[in-house]
Amino acid sequence: MCLTVAAAAAGVAAAADLTGAGATFPYPLYAQWADSYKKLTGVGLNYQSIGSGGGIAQIKAQTVDFGASDAPLTKADLDAAGLVQFPMIVGGVVPVVNLEGIAPGALKLSAALLADIYLGGVKKWNDPAIAALNPGLALPARDITVVHRADGSGTTWIFTNYLDKVSPAWHGKVGCGKEVAWPAGVGGKGNEGVAAYVQRIKGSVGYVEYAYALQNKLTHILLENHAGKFVAPTQASFQAAAAGADWSAAPGLYLVLTDQPGDASWPITGASFVLIHREQRDASRAKSLLDFFAWCFAEGDAAASNLDYVPMPDDVVALVETVWRSEVKSAGSAVWK
Amino acid sequence: MTDRRATAATPERRHPRPWGDPLFRSLAAAAAGFFLLLTGAILLELTRGSSLSLAKFGPSFLWSTAWNPVTGDFGALSSIAGTLISTAIAMALAVPLSLIIALFLVELAPPAVSKPVGAAIELLAAVPSIIYGMWGLFVFAPLMSDHVQPFLSDHLGFLPLFQGPPMGIGMLTAGIILALMILPFITSVMRDVLRMVPPVVKEAGYGMGSTVWEVARQVTVRYGARGMAGACLLGLGRAVGETMAVTFVIGNNHRVGASLFDAGNTIASALANEFAEAADPLYLSALVELGLVLFLITFAIQGLTHAWIRRLERSAGRGQ
Repeated sequence: MCLTVAAAAAGVAAAADLTGAGATFPYPLYAQWADSYKKLTGVGLNYQSIGSGGGIAQIKAQTVDFGASDAPLTKADLDAAGLVQFPMIVGGVVPVVNLEGIAPGALKLSAALLADIYLGGVKKWNDPAIAALNPGLALPARDITVVHRADGSGTTWIFTNYLDKVSPAWHGKVGCGKEVAWPAGVGGKGNEGVAAYVQRIKGSVGYVEYAYALQNKLTHILLENHAGKFVAPTQASFQAAAAGADWSAAPGLYLVLTDQPGDASWPITGASFVLIHREQRDASRAKSLLDFFAWCFAEGDAAASNLDYVPMPDDVVALVETVWRSEVKSAGSAVWK
Repeated sequence: MTDRRATAATPERRHPRPWGDPLFRSLAAAAAGFFLLLTGAILLELTRGSSLSLAKFGPSFLWSTAWNPVTGDFGALSSIAGTLISTAIAMALAVPLSLIIALFLVELAPPAVSKPVGAAIELLAAVPSIIYGMWGLFVFAPLMSDHVQPFLSDHLGFLPLFQGPPMGIGMLTAGIILALMILPFITSVMRDVLRMVPPVVKEAGYGMGSTVWEVARQVTVRYGARGMAGACLLGLGRAVGETMAVTFVIGNNHRVGASLFDAGNTIASALANEFAEAADPLYLSALVELGLVLFLITFAIQGLTHAWIRRLERSAGRGQ
């Protein structure tokens, strides 16, 4: 309290640092953006990467200026908590394998097959179903070891959301969540845990954020998308999934980018969201928060690409700013004009 | 320890203050009472936090193998089993080894050996557990999957305990990592206990014409039984509640496998993994109830150990 009064008294020059908490997935990028932004404007950001669930809890409790979550909140949840959400960046979840003699991008899997493997139904790499998709590929007679996340995570949420969409069997048996009852396999702690297990265990398949797949030089697969095409995980294919989505028809910007239409779309794509309160207590602070996000959208693309994230397409950014104009208010007047 | 720098030249008789002892006694009692209070408060808080889960699942929580955050169906059996099995493996490996090392350091090794080895053990005991976990995952797990597990499968594969694909992570690896982690801990306490055995007792043994081995077994170990059980208990306490070292190598799934090669989980690893993102109240409550179960398991182990020590002392015919 005293601090804000003091800051207000000192004028805008002594800009207070912004605070945020939540998802771990965008943390490296938010840190990078905050760093550049502070050099530019003097406004810093203190972001705590405590996980999506924690971020949602913190913003509801109003202990931070914004929360960050890999899983979007439904319109009903947003309204109940008085929150606005918007997508900040896009990332992809990538199935990776450890198979001797199989090069990155050589193995093709269909959506149904990936679900069957994770259900524990397909037990060997030389299973006829896998062989049928991969004629000419020498598949070893190894047991498949499924690797999943052991900790609750937004990455798991995106991955299971996808399996839930594409496989009725998965929908019936497991469902979608940040933590689910995995029918098979072993769990690694964090993206780095999954990456380590996949590197250690021959014949394993796991799923990690795109950046981890690149950094650890893991073997990615080609996955069949909604249009029936086999695509590789690249920034372009994530961008295609984001661009093909119809954000304007999504109430509360609740949109999950998994299994999107489009020939070039990567099927397990997800946006990472930012949550802020609809009713802001401090107009100038809210303005500087939105200024920061606007700067990220406008100037942060290069930083995002360097760190293997995908910036939001321009039309989605325009839509987000429209939402700010109409929904974010302080004392009855719009914060963003 | 009288203060000789008194200003008066004549030695003065010290008058003990009449309130010193009672004050000290009540302070000490308060400190001891505070511990009881703290234990009670923890128990109360855990029970309160798990009320949702207690109400919904009742005692069946203890033997249900379900763990489904999506449908909200939880049971603790896989975590309890994993905790007990990994701890049992760790103790079975660490206790005999610790005893042998401690005996060697105290009875057999020349000072030139026992001093540096002792220092190394103290150092190892201070290594944070996450280091054991990372070392376990990156160095030890490949060793397990390439050499140890295939060897066990080849020679003991007829037992269901040693069947399944050699992933290198799982219950056995977790048990061995735990054993390595508590070994220096138990050893250093045991060494101190054995050192405190009065030389005169040992000399009496040698005087009777006993060999070194006989004295160690019949005299030293008997004499120090209580302290050594305490050492084991300390190690056990660490193993039961160990989080990070286990989480890295156990494979973290909520299933009970027949084979020691299977992945599993422990109560501590489940809590470490799932607490941060457990937003649903029932899910959170089930996790807190897991904590309560761990608390009670630790309590039960303490009680059993104390009862066992008492029996040991009665049969040995001497207390300490």
